[in-house]
Amino acid sequence: MTPSTIQQDRIAYRRRQAIRSVLLAALSTAVLGTLLGVLITGAPGWQRVRQSFLDPHIGREFLPTILQGLWLNLRMLVVCSLCALTLGLLVAVLRTLRGPVFFPVRALATLYTYSFRGLPLIIVIYLFAFGIPGLRLQATPNVTVLGGAAIVITYGAYLAEVFRAGIESVHPSQIAAARSLGLSYRQAMRFVVLPQAVRRVAPPLLNDTVALQKDVGLISLAGPIDAIRAAQIGVAQTANFTPYVVAGVLFVLLALPLIGITDWVTLRAARRQNAGA
Amino acid sequence: MVSRYTLTTVGGMALVLAALAGCAPADSPSAGASVSPSTDICPAGTLDTKTAGKLTIGTDNPAYEPWFSDNKPANGKGFEGAVAYQVAQRLGYPAANVTWTSVTFNNAIAPGPKAFDFDINEFSITPERRNAVDFSSPYYLVRQTVITTKSSKIAGAKSIADLRTAKLGAQVGTTSYQAITDLIKPSTQPQVYNNNDDAKAALENGTIDGLVVDLPTAFYMTAAELKQGVIVGQLPQVGVPEQFGLVLDKDSKLTACVSRAVDQLRQDGTLAVLEKTWLAGTGGAPELS
Repeated sequence: MTPSTIQQDRIAYRRRQAIRSVLLAALSTAVLGTLLGVLITGAPGWQRVRQSFLDPHIGREFLPTILQGLWLNLRMLVVCSLCALTLGLLVAVLRTLRGPVFFPVRALATLYTYSFRGLPLIIVIYLFAFGIPGLRLQATPNVTVLGGAAIVITYGAYLAEVFRAGIESVHPSQIAAARSLGLSYRQAMRFVVLPQAVRRVAPPLLNDTVALQKDVGLISLAGPIDAIRAAQIGVAQTANFTPYVVAGVLFVLLALPLIGITDWVTLRAARRQNAGA
Repeated sequence: MVSRYTLTTVGGMALVLAALAGCAPADSPSAGASVSPSTDICPAGTLDTKTAGKLTIGTDNPAYEPWFSDNKPANGKGFEGAVAYQVAQRLGYPAANVTWTSVTFNNAIAPGPKAFDFDINEFSITPERRNAVDFSSPYYLVRQTVITTKSSKIAGAKSIADLRTAKLGAQVGTTSYQAITDLIKPSTQPQVYNNNDDAKAALENGTIDGLVVDLPTAFYMTAAELKQGVIVGQLPQVGVPEQFGLVLDKDSKLTACVSRAVDQLRQDGTLAVLEKTWLAGTGGAPELS
């Protein structure tokens, strides 16, 4: 069955409109891009900035060591984010336990989220990486593990609060309904509350993970050489800032997949929520 | 103490001085006589010094080992004490005509009139300081040094090869770090710290086996800061080393003469010998190769 002439006209009109808006968007982007390009490259100090921030030879020279540092960042990111998510979820569940018996657990969990969200990460890393080995205990883990633990504990506090917000956003009637169906509190949490809660807070959780990706580099305070430290060494050797730019670009590239996933998850959640409408 | 002692001797030495000043040209007839213009600028023993016929040398009080010995610059012991007397001798001032005065480190490099003819106190030559004072040619190029604690596995290391398996640390962006990567090339990646305080804490914690710092810092850390600190040894020269120079008043007439004396000491190997004796010798930092 062919569409009616009115429908065909409508389709043609929409196509014309689409082409027109694409062309307009391209034109305005080109104009803005040219303007910015002229403004930056035409600046009186452009040559000097280009020499000290965008030297391709220096960039290539330090790329291998920066990549080597980035490998440390990547491993730290995977391990720390998984551990921090687990810790966060655990603390959030503990904080939402009901009943007077669990008061000490709730109090401890609250104390933890309060103190470690307030404590600067740098100080926690210092305390862990320089303080704990100073005790000279047997089998002290190495500083990378200790620094990682500091990062996990700090980020765990943030993530716990995100999880708690998710758990509390699930209407109490859902638990009541689950319990009336005969599910225990644990089962209600596991099968009714948490699946909804985690789905709701997935975007902020991923957002914190993106932030974590940059902060795992602070491990370099304790001695290991991460990407930014490797770049810093390059900058000190050459008196040229290009290694920093190289590291910055690599960090953005590293963040792109995570940011993409965050956007996709958010979009999917929004679409699902509106699916019935 | 030192200055009071020397002041009292000034009067007694006056006659000797006059005699010495008179004899000075005769001391070096072969070297000086033929090259008359240069000797005229720096007449041995009769330079335009603070006190005529005397050379006044400044340093801080207390003066530390191994640069000086027993806090007595006048005993001519310690690296800088020995260098100072050698320079004085080259300028035509024997030990008896050298006066020491105590000047704090910061005062010596501050602008303004000076109480010394030259000051020797581990001064690094920097462009900023050059704005306020004159520097002689460098008499010492700072070497990188490995330090550790008594319980560390590298405490007895005798050569660079012994350090290959050690976990070493250094401050970021320093020649010390370069010394690790370029000279020692250890099998484990070196640890890098924001500053030497962090690195020192890591060393005391046993997080690293050894720490690379420059030689003056090594002496200071092992003597004053680390409880169990020991110097493993000095590394060969690497990168662009820091330079120590003698400080003179801005636009001093003596600068060229002092520089020439230092250059001569370097050329004839005297400085190298003194460095070996006082910095690498007993209680110092043995050379690693």
